[in-house]
Parts: sequence; C-alpha cells; structure tokens
Amino acid sequence: MLNTVFQLKRPRQFEAVFKNVELDEHHVLVRPSYLSICNADQRYYQGMRDKEVLKKKLPMALIHEGTGKVVYDPTHTFGVGEQVIMIPNIPVEKDDIIEENYLRSSKFCSSNTDGFLREFVSASPERLIALPAWIDPCVAAFTELVTVSYHSIERFERIAHQRRNRIGVWGDGNVAYITALLLKKIFPCSKICVFGKHRQKLAGFTFADAVYEITEIPAETEIDHAFECVGGTGAAHAVDQIIDHICPEGTIALLGVTEDPVPLNTRMILEKGLLVIGNSRSGKKDYEGVLSLYTEHPEITDYLENIVGARISVRKIRDIVDAFETDIHKMSGKTIMIWDK
Amino acid sequence: MNKRIYGVILAGGQGTRMGNSEKPKQFLVIAGKPVIIHTLEKFIVFSEFTEIIVLVPRPWIAYTRDIIKQYVPDEKHIAIIEGGKTRNETIMNAIEYIDNQEQLDDETLIITHDSVRPFVTYRIIEENIKYAGECGACDTVIPASDTIVESVDGSYISSIPERRMMYQGQTPQSFRAKRLRELYESLTTEEKDILTDACKIYVLKNEPVHLVEGEVSNIKITYPHDLRVAEAILGGNGQC
Repeated sequence: MLNTVFQLKRPRQFEAVFKNVELDEHHVLVRPSYLSICNADQRYYQGMRDKEVLKKKLPMALIHEGTGKVVYDPTHTFGVGEQVIMIPNIPVEKDDIIEENYLRSSKFCSSNTDGFLREFVSASPERLIALPAWIDPCVAAFTELVTVSYHSIERFERIAHQRRNRIGVWGDGNVAYITALLLKKIFPCSKICVFGKHRQKLAGFTFADAVYEITEIPAETEIDHAFECVGGTGAAHAVDQIIDHICPEGTIALLGVTEDPVPLNTRMILEKGLLVIGNSRSGKKDYEGVLSLYTEHPEITDYLENIVGARISVRKIRDIVDAFETDIHKMSGKTIMIWDK
Repeated sequence: MNKRIYGVILAGGQGTRMGNSEKPKQFLVIAGKPVIIHTLEKFIVFSEFTEIIVLVPRPWIAYTRDIIKQYVPDEKHIAIIEGGKTRNETIMNAIEYIDNQEQLDDETLIITHDSVRPFVTYRIIEENIKYAGECGACDTVIPASDTIVESVDGSYISSIPERRMMYQGQTPQSFRAKRLRELYESLTTEEKDILTDACKIYVLKNEPVHLVEGEVSNIKITYPHDLRVAEAILGGNGQC
C-alpha cells in the first residue's frame, strides 16, 4: 500500500512522499492520532544539528512520541480501533546484557529511520502497547519522554547507594519536571530538590520538596545523588554545580542532550568517588513500567496534564509547520499535534 | 442491523489514453505492484467495509482475480465482477450485485473510487464514509488551482466563473446506493448522455452532495505522463 510520509526535506521544509508498505501477516497498521514534538525533532527542524548529520539523515519523517489507532491487525494482537502507544526504538537483535536502547544496531524513529509523521505506521505488535482509555490522549502522546525518565530512575535504583535522603534534579524543563515527579512517587521518603534557572518555571514544581534558583543555591546545600536534565549549553554549568553540591560516592544520572562536548571536572569526580551514568532513550519494559506507575499513582497523569501546551490539529503540511513554530516560541510544556492528515 | 458499507473500485476503463500501453492503465506496475492493487490495499485496511467490489472489463476478470490472489493475503471480502459500458452503468452493476446478495436497503452505502487513484488517503475514505452516511452523497474535491474558462461554442469565452467557487472533482464519490439507483433510473436518456460522473445525477435532480476535501496528490493515472509523476512522487521503491 502507498503510505504518505511527511518528511523534513531540509530545515523548516516538509514534503509529502509516498512509500510502499507491505500488508503482511506480521505487522500491525497503526494510524497516528496524537503526536508530541520533542527537542530532538526541533534540532532537525531548525537545522541545529551538524551540517554533515543533516546531510546524512534528511529527508526523514520526524516525531518519535505518539499514540495511534489500530486500523489493521492480521496478527490479532489488538482490536481494530484500539488506541496504542507506539515505541520508536526498534531492536533488530537480542542481547542478554545490553538493553535494547543501547544496542548500536537498533533503529530509532526520527533518528535513523522515519518517525511517526506518516499516514500509517507499520509496526511489529511487540513495538505497540495498549493504551488504557482513562489516560488523557495528550498526556499519552508523550509517554516516550516519560519512559526515558523512568528508565534513568530504574537504572539509578539498581546502581546508586542506598542513602537517598536528598535527590537533586537540575533543570526546569519538561524532562526535569517529569523526572522530579517520578522520583517523588518512586522514592516518597526522599526529599526531591529541583535546581532551575527560571523562577516562573520552578513555581510549577509544586510536588517537589524544595526548589532553588541556580544563581542562589546556599553554599551548604548537599544532595546524595543528582539527575542532570539541562542539556544544551547549560549542561556544563549544571554538572559543575552538581559536583560541587553532591556528597561523596553520589551518583549523577545524565539525561540532558548536548550537541557539543562538555568539559568535566574529573578531579572532583575522582576525589568524591562519584558515579556518572549516561541515559538515553528507553525500551519496552520502561513503557510497561510507566503504565504500571500510572495505575498505581493516577495523579501522575494529572500533573503531566499541566505541562500539555498547544494542541494543534493537523490536516495540512502548513499545520505541521505551525505546530513546530508554536513549539519554538513556547515558554515551556509539550506541543501536541492531533493528527487528522 | 449494522449499516452495510461497500467499497466499489471502478476499473472498467480500457486505458486507451495510455498510448501504446498493451494493458489497461490500472494494471500497470508502480513501486513493484499493479496500480489497482495499491488502490485496493487502501480499502482493505478499513474494517467498516462489508465487501469490496472490483469492477473490470470482462476479458480482465480472470487476470484481476489472479493478481489479487498474488498480492492480497486475505481476499475473502473482495468480489470481482464485470463493469458496464459507462462509468454509471458500472456503478449500477455494483448496486445490482449488492441487491442480488439481498443486502441493499435505504442505508447501504457505496464508496466508489477510481482504480487508478492509488494515492487516496485514509482520511479521505474515512470522511467519505462519514458524509455519505450523514448526507446521502458526497464528492471528493480540491479547490481549482487554475482559472476555469467556459466556452459554449469552443471558439469564444462565454464566461469565467469565480475561481474561489470552483473545485476539481476527484474520487471517492459516495452514496446511499438505493437512492443513487432510483435517481439514475429516473433520468431521461438525454440526461444520462451528459453525465460525466455519478454526482451529476444528484445535481440534475437537485439533491445535495456534500464536499470532502481531497488532496493534490490524489492523482488519477490517465496519461503516460501521470505514470511518470506517480513514480516521481513515490521516490523510488522506498519501504517504511
């Protein structure tokens, strides 16, 4: 079948192309319904990636956060019309040690294969998760982002030492909000301290035990472990601050994506005996974990609804452009495209 | 009783406009498959269809059956029957087929589509089902991009209609099947002679036809040039 794929041809320019999709007995056909724009998509859209990277990856369909409706399922795993979350990570091998999202062979939608800006997504049933009806569809759209935070916390739980009285989260954007929220639910006895740049944004972290502006952190402030959710040009400063305020043998979980190399104060990492964990993307078990967490703590989805920003109905390519431009100019929150293309 | 909805793929044409092509245009191959198969697949993924009826010229029925068997994993809900001499007679054959199955009632819908429009989208078919059900008839159109010039005598302009009110017709065109047949049968021979499509039957009888927004890419592969355009917008044999 001829599938319409909306590819980013060059920065700020989308183009509809048609690609063949086989209606075979192993794949489920899903029609995207709610799609969420991620900063990684914005870096392609605005041409902020390295010129060589853009040349290699474009044209490519963007978006890796989204839900869809099953329209055709010869595998009989889902019912026609059932809403599902689409997993963008596509492993092509199984490894007993290395998780699917770190395997170099794995494909990832909107990174090295087309993302969800398509008329249909043809997926193996293992790459789809049934979406409970009670979850707000706009919140469900960015489940992928939540799973990335969940994945980092799950690894932290396995690796970090058990003194977890005060956990610091650096950042005041979406990743910081989600990570701090999940930490509060998963470690209710820990004090969750958020360190951000904008007072206005920090005011939204109502569930946190303490918030600090990064220019006004009291010198005596100490944390046992930290999550860096800043990325970009602010990542270096954030990691420096973390190293200053973290106690010996603490764990630093890195989540912020940077385009440029970040200088690290390795002397103090050595002196304090710190553990630094890199985290990227997520795997299927993280989606299952997040949905269990939502069931256990349904108020999480209420908090997440607070960060839903613009909801833009998409029928034309012009609407996709409008959604990306709106997303650029937002103060914070997630921009959702309601797919009607 | 559930509303019965039929996909009706019109492949009655002999493809004479395709120059020296030996096969009707719906059987030409793009992206590794005959055009008609791509079109059919767009309908197969709709669970709403009771059956999909493919209408082809009689000499091509066996051929059509063979290629459907070759490309479509589950062809149980596809009927292949003979088309008529004209587009509307072909549609009437589809309605007769439904009637012979004792499935025709006031609510039965047919979503008729050119077999040579493989780029039709899910959204267009979905909205055809919706508006045919709600309004009784609908037509897929796109706003006219060129100024339309009317000439009665073929030599001089008789009028230039306001472009913002002009649209170009595409397919699907969708109807309550029983009503369509009633209206068609009430036409005079002269009226039947000027029909270019099925929606015109409703217009002649002053019955409403709702518009469904089409897509510029929903092209009809009619001329050799169209086949090249189709191959160009496919961008090769990419899979996704």
